[in-house]
Amino acid sequence: MKIDSIKNGIVLDHITAGKSMEIYRLLGLDSLECSVALIKNVHSSKMGKKDIIKIDADIPLNLDAIGYVDPGVTIDIIRDGQLVEKKNISLPTTITNVIFCKNPRCITSTEQELPHVFRLTDVGNKVFRCMYCETKETN
Amino acid sequence: MRSLIDIQELSVEEINDLVKCAEDIIANPAKYSEMCKGKKLATLFFEPSTRTRLSFEAAMYELGGNVLSVSSAASSSAAKGESVADTAKTISSYADIIAMRHPKEGAPLVAAMNATIPVINAGDGGHNHPTQTLADILTIHCEKGRLDNMTIGLCGDLKFGRTVHSLISAMSRYENVKFYLISPDELKVPSYVKKDILKKNNVEYVQTSDLEGSISELDVLYMTRVQKERFFNEEDYLRLKDSYILTPDKLKTAKPDLSILHPLPRVNEIAVAIDDDPRACYFKQVYYGKIMRMSLILKLLEVVK
Repeated sequence: MKIDSIKNGIVLDHITAGKSMEIYRLLGLDSLECSVALIKNVHSSKMGKKDIIKIDADIPLNLDAIGYVDPGVTIDIIRDGQLVEKKNISLPTTITNVIFCKNPRCITSTEQELPHVFRLTDVGNKVFRCMYCETKETN
Repeated sequence: MRSLIDIQELSVEEINDLVKCAEDIIANPAKYSEMCKGKKLATLFFEPSTRTRLSFEAAMYELGGNVLSVSSAASSSAAKGESVADTAKTISSYADIIAMRHPKEGAPLVAAMNATIPVINAGDGGHNHPTQTLADILTIHCEKGRLDNMTIGLCGDLKFGRTVHSLISAMSRYENVKFYLISPDELKVPSYVKKDILKKNNVEYVQTSDLEGSISELDVLYMTRVQKERFFNEEDYLRLKDSYILTPDKLKTAKPDLSILHPLPRVNEIAVAIDDDPRACYFKQVYYGKIMRMSLILKLLEVVK
């Protein structure tokens, strides 16, 4: 299968196979006007299988959201057909408005304007807790 | 400017400092009687709590300060839909420090993030209640003369009791503290408390449902109420409720210098007959709570260093 290379835009590479749709939704890529290619189960010598997302525009990305879903992703910035920057993502220590607190006793349940902030409290087990009520995320 | 939202924000040194200041207040009350003259404490209580609110207000009056009070959500602008953030910003123009109780977890944190004055969490739902833990710590220190090298029994509802989790968290940081976690199976300490606090800090603990069998080991017994609504069926509740009521009979094998604590209010989990026992400390604990709140107000207002 052949997907055209992009001239100016972003490539999200090394996505764990099967996680590209989650990243697609979380980044709101469905609302973009430009071409977006979501390629699943691409052969990878390092990972066996991987997913790739190609975005044919230079848009701001929520790196924390990507890091939350899949901290192994690499981001390639393409300008004039050339790779100009490569970013490695890591697990974020804080994420804002990426996941939402479902605890009905949390202050965020009644105050709609508050940002939903989650903090990484256990790196080993990738546990995020709500900053306000400390409820563990269940998304 | 600093606030107190969660007991874990305080280092052992800071807790020890608060205890030291509290003991000086007990020894020299006159020295502190004008220290907050001209300062105002706003007690914003969006859910009912006579005890904690009066404790804060008495603390401020004993420091020579004044109090502005909201004692229910219905009588405040929250009833008109004002956000916690806006309330905190507004009150910052009226008072020097806020004590806030709110039914929603995290509300005092939101207040602290928006106020320009210190905010003390006076209880946010079932989440945090740091000044209760400070009261418990001062009680233990005054009664035992130390905060390390002791065995603490926690009895009753260890699953939902926020005071229990905070006390475990605070006391786990002292040397050679061992816990007896005494509760029915239905109300055991949650696994995250054991994993994130006890095991992480290599704290020794015994989990048991037998109060009588473990009481002889204890230096401190912290009682909490076993509430009927926590059980799935009434049969279990009726079977277990009396096991966790402290009576003179159950104290027969206890150490003569045991200290019995309870965050209050008590319903029936400590027999009234025990009130006159010199080991009963739960009413002294109320007094220590007020003193510790005085100490905290002084520190947060930077009246004392």
